[in-house]
Amino acid sequence: MPVPIATSTALPVEEIEQGASLWKDAVRRFARNQMAVLGLSFVLLLAIAALAAPLFAQPYDKQNLSYGAKAPSSEHWMGTDVLGRDLLSRVLYGSRISLAVGICATFVSLTIGVFYGAISGYLGGKPDVVMMRIVDILYALPFTVFVILLMVIFGRNIILLFMAIGAVEWLTVARIVRGQVLSLRRQEFIEAAIALGLRKRAIILRHLVPNVLGITIIYATLTVPSVMLLEAVLSFLGFGVQPPMSSLGVLIDEGARNIEEFPWLLTFPGLFFSLTLFSLNFLGDGLRDALDPKAAKD
Amino acid sequence: MPLLEVQNLRTRFHTRHGVVRAVQDVSFSLEKGETLGIVGESGSGKSVTCYSLLRLIPQPPGKIEGGQAMFDGVDLLSCSREQLRAIRGKRVSMIFQDPMTSLNPYLRVEEQIIEPLLIHDRLDRTEAVKRAIQALEDVGVPGAAQRIRSYPHEFSGGMRQRVMIAMALITRPELLIADEPTTALDVTVQAQILDLIRKLQHDLGTAVIWISHDLGVVAGFCRRTLVMYAGRIVETASTEAIFKRPKHPYNRALQKSIPALQAKGAELYTIPGLPPDLSKPLPGCAFAPRCEFAEDICRSGDIGLKEVEASHDSACLRVQKGELTI
Amino acid sequence: MLRFIFKRFLQTIPVLFIIATLTFFLMKMTKGGPFDTEKATTPEIKKQLEAHYGLNKPVWEQYIDYIGKLIQGDLGPSFKYAGWNVTELIAGAFPVSLELGCYALAVALAIGMISGFIAALRPNSVTDYLPMSLATIGICLPTFVMGPLLILTFGIALGWFNSSGWFFLSDRVLPALTLGGYYSAYISRIARTGMIEVLSQDFIRTARAKGATEWRVVFKHALKGAMQPVVTLTAPVTAHMVTGSFVVEKIFDIPGLGRFFVTAAFNRDLTLVVGLVLFYAALIVMLNLIADVVLVWLNPRLRFE
Repeated sequence: MPVPIATSTALPVEEIEQGASLWKDAVRRFARNQMAVLGLSFVLLLAIAALAAPLFAQPYDKQNLSYGAKAPSSEHWMGTDVLGRDLLSRVLYGSRISLAVGICATFVSLTIGVFYGAISGYLGGKPDVVMMRIVDILYALPFTVFVILLMVIFGRNIILLFMAIGAVEWLTVARIVRGQVLSLRRQEFIEAAIALGLRKRAIILRHLVPNVLGITIIYATLTVPSVMLLEAVLSFLGFGVQPPMSSLGVLIDEGARNIEEFPWLLTFPGLFFSLTLFSLNFLGDGLRDALDPKAAKD
Repeated sequence: MPLLEVQNLRTRFHTRHGVVRAVQDVSFSLEKGETLGIVGESGSGKSVTCYSLLRLIPQPPGKIEGGQAMFDGVDLLSCSREQLRAIRGKRVSMIFQDPMTSLNPYLRVEEQIIEPLLIHDRLDRTEAVKRAIQALEDVGVPGAAQRIRSYPHEFSGGMRQRVMIAMALITRPELLIADEPTTALDVTVQAQILDLIRKLQHDLGTAVIWISHDLGVVAGFCRRTLVMYAGRIVETASTEAIFKRPKHPYNRALQKSIPALQAKGAELYTIPGLPPDLSKPLPGCAFAPRCEFAEDICRSGDIGLKEVEASHDSACLRVQKGELTI
Repeated sequence: MLRFIFKRFLQTIPVLFIIATLTFFLMKMTKGGPFDTEKATTPEIKKQLEAHYGLNKPVWEQYIDYIGKLIQGDLGPSFKYAGWNVTELIAGAFPVSLELGCYALAVALAIGMISGFIAALRPNSVTDYLPMSLATIGICLPTFVMGPLLILTFGIALGWFNSSGWFFLSDRVLPALTLGGYYSAYISRIARTGMIEVLSQDFIRTARAKGATEWRVVFKHALKGAMQPVVTLTAPVTAHMVTGSFVVEKIFDIPGLGRFFVTAAFNRDLTLVVGLVLFYAALIVMLNLIADVVLVWLNPRLRFE
């Protein structure tokens, strides 16, 4: 669900440092937020593990049919699946896929969302109202249903997956960007730029974009987990990535089917996935609180 | 025995930008049935003082750090919550500046007016509603019996304030605290509300503390007046004396700023400078940076209220010393 | 009030209309769809399709027919289940999903509001951190992780419930908790924010100045206002619960609409899929309407637009 979560860290009375730049201040605030730092650490760890997996993990597709599904042991830290494949490797490779889809689809939704939001915010007035009303209506419709519908019609392939997910998750970013653009538009430096005769394009590029960039990064970090979740749900239902590619969603599906006999097949991928979502969400919240403490909840 | 005796009230707000000393060492007393005005700019501490009396300050970040407020033998600042609740709305009532935000938009006016009766007098609903309709009529709302079923946003500003007044006085409290009740209203409506409160005060014998930034409003109604600046009382006297014989530069500057009293066509007088930042400690007299009579002693001396004339106190060091006549 | 409901109802019709039109053209475009006679399945079904969609008629006539039949509630024959009408299939499975949805919504609202409001009463204290931390964790435990974990703990390890099926009343518990629990996290947070916001309003101070107990302040004065963001959130939550139901019905083997949808999508039973999409769209639109009506009831100021 595209509603970002918040941390509830109460800030103590702090002194305002004279002359601290926005970024330095933000980094300081971020560093104080333990959960955000934890989130960042885990995400980095995950990214490294996922990228480096081919170097150290056992091959994920090495089946060992006589072995079958075995509980965790020193040889297989997460155990093996029904076909004897090492679960840890499958989880690592699976997270590569999940992350890849997450990032690509986020890219798609960011592109759509930023453009939509920026245009809506810049135009203001009636067009803005209409555009936002559309967003409101779309918000209330169940995304997955439409993605599945698109897949039924156009067949299942990974590009379509990216596009469909991206096309469905852009709403929050659009709203945020539009809000930011609206408030920026009213600020004095924009009026000054207009008064100086800068052309619209220059205004947009040199003034609006840098200010919108910060908030876009934050919501990008928050969109990735939403997107990953959507992909996992689709894969769980059987509509996402197709074997032999397996994302964490596929692994969880397999795990759920074998839950009575081989519970580790579910618990490891499931918890790993949750941990990833958790870290990304805390990272995103931490970034948001650091860059814009006024938006922090209480 | 005074109805209310406040001694050394101190209230501070602990914010992330520092500790704001909103009210410092405020002491005053109020007799039964007396009308007292508290005058000052925004940020002078006049409202916070009165909210502190009923402990209506949000407690973080605010904190009542010291003092006493004796009301009929009970210290409002340290008594139990039950005692406090029994007094709020029953013996001490309050009306607020913005009746639109101070009335609950989700409840009918009827619900809100009968509430003090239900809480304190334990009346049954029908009886309470009857009293409420009567109260609305007493404050001059036409068609009270029908209009009582309306919601606050269906009333005009002046009418809403009348509703607040009815609600506050329905239990016949001994003290009414009015926090700038006419500031948000049109000038003509202001006069009406002022008249209404004056009449009710006379009929019920309720003591009234009227908070305002407008000396003119206070002049027509309050027998005594306190002038506050930067969280402290700087002058207190009968209203007549405050106007005719000001004994503090700030008071005089305020009066000079009243537009109606200035010569037509001349530049409007404004007090130079800005009100002080209350999160920083202020040595000496807080008004000194803006005072045309300030000397060195004003910036470092020990400032306190002293009687400079019969029933007339001032916190101006130079006036206390007799050096300065305003 | 009735006039407001009627007006809102009228506003929903264009949305449904647009969706119906879109689905019609999508179906026309699809290879293997009901309009693509070369790829038709069995002869009986092909006959039914031709009869229903009038495949030999010009496009605009097909469209009018289509819309006409929709209004009458006729969603056409199933692509894969010979002899079955989509409407019949939906009518058969919907009550199950409806039941699940109601329980789940009740769980979400109850847990969400109670924990959120309690957290709001003492911000930044233990009663705040605890529910909010649980909520944060809850958001990161999606239904397809939570469900099987619940089955593992309460179904298998403790043996209190069946791992699947929809026969006994006790079978409702774990699915409802799984589906509702996830969204209770979101509702909890917004309930907290809503309550904190309302409690900072001036009229709360007035209520306290009248000598009201905190109980009275919260229930009589604050509640209506605090519930507004919750109600607003309920509409998208319910929409997302539709998606959630796909997962939960699969995990717990519940014969509901969600499972039907997933199977239909796998089988590329296009008429069934499209019929379901339309049904869901109509359902969501109705739910939004109900949410709006409740909002207006809660907030008298909105009644005078």
